[in-house]
Amino acid sequence: MKASPHLLLALTLAVCFTLATGLEPRAAGWSNRTKSNNVFSVLFGDGRRMFASEFFTMADVYFHSGYYPSIFDLRQEGTKAIVTESHGHAESEEDERNEDFLGRPKDWIDRFGRHFRITEHTHLEHSHEREILPWLRLAADMDPQMIQTYTVGAYFMCQHLDRPREAESFLREGLRNNPGNYEILFGLGRLYYQNYHDTNRARNVWQLAANKWYDRFKLDPEGAKENKIGFDGITVNLASLERDAGNYEDAIRWFQAAQKVSPAPGALQEQIDELKAKMAAATNAPASLAH
Amino acid sequence: MNTIWALASVVIKELYRRKDFYVLFVLTALITIATGMVNFFHDPKIVRYVKDVCMLLIWVSGLLIAITTTARQIPAERESRTIFPLLAKPVTRWQVILGKFLGCWLATGIALFVFYLFFAVITGSREQHWPWLGYLQAIWLQWAMLAVVVALSLLGSIVSAAPSSTTTICFITVAGILLVGGHLNTVALHEPQPLQTLLYTIYFLIPHLEWFDIRDRLIYDWGLVDWLDCLLATLYAAAYTGLFLLLTWFGFRRKSLNT
Repeated sequence: MKASPHLLLALTLAVCFTLATGLEPRAAGWSNRTKSNNVFSVLFGDGRRMFASEFFTMADVYFHSGYYPSIFDLRQEGTKAIVTESHGHAESEEDERNEDFLGRPKDWIDRFGRHFRITEHTHLEHSHEREILPWLRLAADMDPQMIQTYTVGAYFMCQHLDRPREAESFLREGLRNNPGNYEILFGLGRLYYQNYHDTNRARNVWQLAANKWYDRFKLDPEGAKENKIGFDGITVNLASLERDAGNYEDAIRWFQAAQKVSPAPGALQEQIDELKAKMAAATNAPASLAH
Repeated sequence: MNTIWALASVVIKELYRRKDFYVLFVLTALITIATGMVNFFHDPKIVRYVKDVCMLLIWVSGLLIAITTTARQIPAERESRTIFPLLAKPVTRWQVILGKFLGCWLATGIALFVFYLFFAVITGSREQHWPWLGYLQAIWLQWAMLAVVVALSLLGSIVSAAPSSTTTICFITVAGILLVGGHLNTVALHEPQPLQTLLYTIYFLIPHLEWFDIRDRLIYDWGLVDWLDCLLATLYAAAYTGLFLLLTWFGFRRKSLNT
């Protein structure tokens, strides 16, 4: 019996088509890559996360205008300046000393070579901070679960570049990728409060952030200890918001909550005392008027 | 001098007859333009990452053009046996070395000029300012550095018969010096003897090509390097170039040219 080549071809095509219809729905579930709309996740898979911290470091390099230690310069790995800045802290003297990684020239080659290198420690200012944004964008694309990328990016866009819309969009993207994250919610609340002056939304978002922080660490005392600075930030900002809104009782309640985790509870006590004094004065004022 | 210039002009003609330069230039232009077209947070003023990418591509392309053009010069002359009529002109072996060096160095300079012109147009159009003296310093220092690389590749082409091996070894050596050379003293401090002495010896012997890399100054707008330092760096590059050319001549004058 001799089979016609055309028939064989038709048979093979029919087999292929039948198999394809059967396998296609299953194949979609084999890998998450097909679901992704991010070009980096298609190209690198989970390996892309390795690059994310490098891109985040590049943002810090740009923030220092190229004055940055190489892997050969022995230096303690501390918090990056862009992160410190986004937390609203200035660099301490120790940080500044740590940044002087060059030290004294070791020989004439080193001394002469420094005439061509960047040897001055500076931070970007006057809206030049925008130059760090491409690296933060890339870091977020590479690792959507890297929270700092969103909070740092949003901070610089709000505080230095006057771009609250883009900052909000970036933070919301972060929330979509990390639902209920308290750090991103805190950033969002700060944006509503400081840039949009929307007290109600800021209060709601910060309260949600405080709840999320509590939910996350209620069964993890070690984690709570390590991340208490996050709760400190949320509660102090909520307290300040309530104080500015004239809700002194709520403000005192939040300051008291902040005292439990704050590195400077004395300063918060002063604010509580001040608010209590204001409340007392307000209660006494109608009485004195009646006299 | 006419002989050296005649030899050099042949090498320069080779640059624009071969496709290497065009391919590298088109790649650099395409990648830079594509990078520049990316929109980050709707801010059209972001420019430093474009400068960074473009300068990196210019440096890689400059090294590739310098090393590949130089590495094939003498092996190609030997393989096609055109070296024999050349030396029978009479052209001395020293003139061949100098002519080939000058040709490769000038060809690299022409390529660099085109690359930097593109860089100036692209970044200037976004930044709306053109620091011409900064560009001039950057191109001059890179060209001076490439003189050392060209001389080193010429020496490599005398030692090794195949251009591919010369290209690979030179590229690894130059990349190693650029990336690690300046840090060898720091590394040596933490190593036990005799490794420490060995690392220090290498540190003081190698040409410190990393001095000539002032990309960061251009990218982050740090202003000009002192002109006296530029002059001293140029003399430093000239000294190493002379040394490598002399070593090439020592190797070439006793070399059998039969393949």
